Amino acid sequence: MVTGEQNMTVHAVNKELILSFLGNIMDPEIPALSITDLGMVRDIHMEGEVIEVSITPTYNGCPATDMIATQIRMMLSTLGFAKILIRQVLSPAWTTDWMSEEGKRKLQQYGIAPPDKRFSIPEDGVECPHCHSAHTRLVSAFGSTSCKALYQCNDCQEPFDYFKCH
Amino acid sequence: MYTPQVNYLLYLADSHLMLSHRNSEWCGHGPVLEQDIAITNISLDLLGQARNYYQYVAELLGEGTTEDHLAYFRTEREFRNLLLTEQVRGDWAVTVLRQYFFSSFQQLLQQELLEHSDERIAAIAAKSLKEITYHVRWSREWVIRLGEGTEESQERMMKALELLWPYTGECFVPADFEAYAQVDVSAIEKKWTEAVQQTLEEASLPFPPKTFQHLGGKSGIHTEQLGYILTELQYVQRAYPGNEW
Repeated sequence: MVTGEQNMTVHAVNKELILSFLGNIMDPEIPALSITDLGMVRDIHMEGEVIEVSITPTYNGCPATDMIATQIRMMLSTLGFAKILIRQVLSPAWTTDWMSEEGKRKLQQYGIAPPDKRFSIPEDGVECPHCHSAHTRLVSAFGSTSCKALYQCNDCQEPFDYFKCH
Repeated sequence: MYTPQVNYLLYLADSHLMLSHRNSEWCGHGPVLEQDIAITNISLDLLGQARNYYQYVAELLGEGTTEDHLAYFRTEREFRNLLLTEQVRGDWAVTVLRQYFFSSFQQLLQQELLEHSDERIAAIAAKSLKEITYHVRWSREWVIRLGEGTEESQERMMKALELLWPYTGECFVPADFEAYAQVDVSAIEKKWTEAVQQTLEEASLPFPPKTFQHLGGKSGIHTEQLGYILTELQYVQRAYPGNEW
C-alpha cells in the first residue's frame, strides 16, 4: 500500500517540478539565495525510484555544501524517491556567471552587492547595495564567508559585503 | 604500498591540511579583525582543497576508507606534506611569508595540473586556482607591506626569511612518485624564483644566498613539528574513534 503511494508520487514528477522544489532550498549562509539562483544544480537524472542530482560546489571548503546535500536528500525523500544520489561535479568549475539575474537582484535587496564583472578582482568602487553610490572602498578581500569581500560606503557610511566574482 | 598516483595526491592533500591547520591557529588571534578573517578564510580554502584530494584517495583505496581515516588515523611517517607547511606559525611575518612561498608555488603547479590526463586532478586545479589567486595577492601585499614598513617589521621579515628559506627547496626536489604529475618541476622552480625575487625586491628585502635545504617531508621524514600538530589534530578521533558531531 505504502509502496503503491510512493510509486504514484514518483511517477507524477518531472525534471521541472524537481527543479522548482530545489528552488526552495536556500544557501544556509546566504538565505536570500536558493541553490538554483546560485546555479549549483547542474543535472537531474531520474530512473524509476532512483534520482541523481549533480551539484557543483561553489567554493572549496565551503561548509554549506555538505548541508545543502543533506537538504536535497530530505526534500527528495518527501517526494518518494527510494534512492537519492548526490553527485559532486567539480568540472567545469562553478562560476558566479551561473548566478541568475533574479539571484543577483535578491542579493542586492538582501544588502549584499552582487558579483560585478568590472570588479573581478575586488577594488574600490563596487556599488553600495544601500544607497547605490559608487564612492565605496574595499576594506578586506576576505569577508564573513569565502564568497564575500568586505566594503564600506564613503557616502552612507554603511559597511557591506560584496559577492566576489569567481 | 601505495601507487604513485595515491602518493602524489597524499603529498598535495597533506601539505594543504598542515598549512590549513597552522593558519587556523590564528583564529581569534589575528592582528586586526579583518586579517583574522582573511587568514581563517585562507585556512578554510586550504582545508577544502585538502578534502578534494583526500576524498579522491579514499575512493581509489576503497575498502571503506574515508577522508577522515586519512586525516585522523595516519602517523607521522605516513604523512607526505612539505616540511615548510608543518613549521610553527611564528609571528605574522612568518605566517604571511610562508603563505606567499606556498601559494605562489601552488599557483604555478596547479596551472600545469590543468593539463593533467587525470580529469579529476585537472578539475580540482581549475577550482583551486581561483582561490589561490587571492592567496597570492593577499600574502604578497603583506610581504611588501612588512618589508617596507617599520624597522621592527623589516627585522621580523628578515628573521622569517632566514627561518623559512631552508624549507623552500623541497618544493622543487621531486620524489619518485612525482613522475605521476607529468610536470616539469625545474621549470616551475625557475618561474617561482623569478616571482619571489621580484616580490622581495619590491619589499626591500634581500634575496637569500644559496643555503642548506631540508628535505624528507615527501617521504615521511619530518621535523618534530608535525608530531605536535597531529597530537592536536587527531586527538578527538584517537580518543573516540568514529565520533561525530
